[in-house]
Amino acid sequence: MLRKYWKAATLLGVVLVSLLISQVEGSFNQYIFQIVIYAGINIILAVSLNLINGHTGQFSLGHAGFMAIGAYTAAVLTRDVVGSWGMWIGFPVALIGGGLMAAVAGVVVGIPSLRLRGDYLAIVTLGFGEIIRVIIQNLDFVGGARGFAAIPKLTDFFWVFAIVGLVMWSLSNLVKSTYGKGFLAVRDDEIAAEAMGINTTRYKVTAFVTGAFFAGLAGGLYAHYVTYITPTQFSFILSIEHVMMVIVGGMGSNVGVAFAAVLLTVLKELLKLVPDLLWFLPEWLLRILENRMLLFSILLVVIMILRPQGLFGEGDWVRRWWRKLTGRGRKAEATA
Amino acid sequence: MGEFLQQLMNGLSLGSIYALIALGYTMVYGILRFINFAHGEVFMVGAFVGLWSAPAIADFFGGNLFIAGPVVILLAMVVCSILGVLNERIAYRPLRGKPTIIVLITAIGVSLFYQNFFQSVVGPEPRRFPDLIPQTRVLETDYLIVGSTPLVVIGTAFGLMWLLRFVVLHTKVGTAMRALSFNLQAARLMGINVDRVVAFTFVLGSALAAAAAILFASIYPSVHPLMGLFPGLKAFVAAVLGGIGNLPGAALGGLIIGVTETLVTGYVSATYRDAVAFTILILILLFRPTGLLGSTATEKV
Repeated sequence: MLRKYWKAATLLGVVLVSLLISQVEGSFNQYIFQIVIYAGINIILAVSLNLINGHTGQFSLGHAGFMAIGAYTAAVLTRDVVGSWGMWIGFPVALIGGGLMAAVAGVVVGIPSLRLRGDYLAIVTLGFGEIIRVIIQNLDFVGGARGFAAIPKLTDFFWVFAIVGLVMWSLSNLVKSTYGKGFLAVRDDEIAAEAMGINTTRYKVTAFVTGAFFAGLAGGLYAHYVTYITPTQFSFILSIEHVMMVIVGGMGSNVGVAFAAVLLTVLKELLKLVPDLLWFLPEWLLRILENRMLLFSILLVVIMILRPQGLFGEGDWVRRWWRKLTGRGRKAEATA
Repeated sequence: MGEFLQQLMNGLSLGSIYALIALGYTMVYGILRFINFAHGEVFMVGAFVGLWSAPAIADFFGGNLFIAGPVVILLAMVVCSILGVLNERIAYRPLRGKPTIIVLITAIGVSLFYQNFFQSVVGPEPRRFPDLIPQTRVLETDYLIVGSTPLVVIGTAFGLMWLLRFVVLHTKVGTAMRALSFNLQAARLMGINVDRVVAFTFVLGSALAAAAAILFASIYPSVHPLMGLFPGLKAFVAAVLGGIGNLPGAALGGLIIGVTETLVTGYVSATYRDAVAFTILILILLFRPTGLLGSTATEKV
C-alpha cells in the first residue's frame, strides 16, 4: 500500500513542507533564498527539457523561447485579467495560462520537428526561440524592447517548490509508465520504434508540448519573482544554460538533471565570489575565472569528450552507490 | 527605383559575405555531417586579426591600401586556418564516429568558449574597424550612387569562390574531399588519408570565413566578441537553403539571404532583421528540406 502510493505521498509532503517554509521565508537570508528560488525554477526548466532532449532524444535549443512565452503571458494575465482574483486563484490561473500558451507554441515547434533530426532540429528550435524574442520586441502592449515592468511579486517558495514536486512527479511517472516507454523507444531507434507500431510523430509532439508547458510555468514563476522582464533575458544563451544542465546531469536521468540544475545555479553564484576570495590573482585572470559561461563551455566540451552520458547517466555511480548502501534492487533506485 | 537598386547592391554585398561563410559550413557538413557551430567564432577571430594587424600593415606599406588590404586578408586567412585545424584536432577529432548530438553539443561548447574567452580577455565593447577599402564613388547618377566598397566586397568574394571551385574540382586534394563526402569509409579504403583531408577542409572553410570577416567589418566596422553569432547562424541557414553539402547552393543561398534581409530591413522594419533568416529556414525545411539545389546535386563536397 505504502509502496504503491509513496510517490504521491512524497509529492504531498513536498507541497506541505514548501507551504510551511513559505510562511517563514522572511526570516531567511534573502540572498541565499533568492538562489534557492532560482535553483527551483531551473530544476523545472531542466527537467522539462530533459523530457525533450533526454528521454525522447530530440534536440531543442529553444527552451528559453517557451519560457519567454510563459513569462509574458502570465504577466499579461496578472496585469489585465486575473490581477484582482487574489494569490490563491489568480496566480495559478496566470501560471497555467502561460503554460498553455507555451504548450501551443510547443505544437508549432513540434510539427516541423517531425521531419527533422539532430542538428537541423537544433537550429530550427534555436531560430524559433529567436523569432519569439523578435516578436515580443515588436509587441507594444508588453513593453516591446523596453521590457515589462511592475509585475507583482507573487512567486514564493511554496509555488516554486510545489511545481518542482509536480514536474518531477509527473514527468518521472510519465516516462516510467507503459505509455512513456514510447519516448525512450523513439530516442533509442526511431525506425525500430515505428516498426513496432509506436506513433513516433505523436510521441515527439507530446514531448515538445509537455516540455513547453512546464517551461511556460517556470517562465511565469520567473516573471513574478524578478518583477521586470525584457526580451533579451530570454536569449539563446539561456537556452544553452538549460541544455547544459541536462547534459551535466545526464540526458534521461531526472534526478541527475535536477541535481545538475541546482549545482550549476549555485556554481554561478559562487563564481561571483571569486574576486573577493582570490584577490591576490592578477585582474585579467580574475576576469576569466569570473566568466561563468567560459567555465561552463570548457566543462561542456570536456564532458562530451570524456563522459558523454553526463555525471548521472545510465549505469552511473550514484545509483550503484545507493543500491549498495540500501542493499535494495531497482525499487530503491527510484527514491534516489 | 534608385533606392531599390541601392538596397539590392547592399544586399548582394552582404549576401556574398554570407555565401563565403556558408561554404565553410557546407563543406564540413558534406564530409562530417555535423554543423560546425564554432565557424561563426572563427569569423569573429578573423575580424579581430584584421583589427589588430591592419594599422601596422598599412603603415608598413606606406598607407597603400591596394597592397595592405589583400595582405590583411591573407594574414587573417592564415591565422584562422590554423585555428580551424586546432578546433578540429582538439575538439572534433576525438569524437569522430560518435552520435551527431554529442558532436553538435561539443561544437556549441567550442563556440561559447571563443565568445566568452574574447569577452573576458579582450573585453565585450565594440571597436571600430579601420578602413581598408579606398572610399571612392565609382558611379554617380541622379538616383544611384555606387561606392567602391560593395564592388570590392562582391569582387573579392566571387574571386575567392572561383578559387575554391578550382581547388575542389581540379586538384588532387579537392578530388579527395569529394570522395570523402561521397563515402568516407570507401575513401579511406582507397588509401585517402581521411584525417588530413578533413583538416584541409577546415583550412579552406576557416580561410573563407576569415576573408568574409574582413569584408564584413569593412561594411559594418564594429568588431566585438559576439559579432560571429548571427552572421554564422544566417550563413548556416544559407547553406541549408541552397542544399547542404552543395557548393553552388551555399553561394546562391547566401545571396538570397543577404538580399532578403537587406530588403526587409529597408522596407519593413530593422527590428525584424534577425528573424528573416530563421523564418526562411523554417519554411524551407517544411516545404523543401533538401534545399534549392540539393536534390539535383551531383557535385557534393
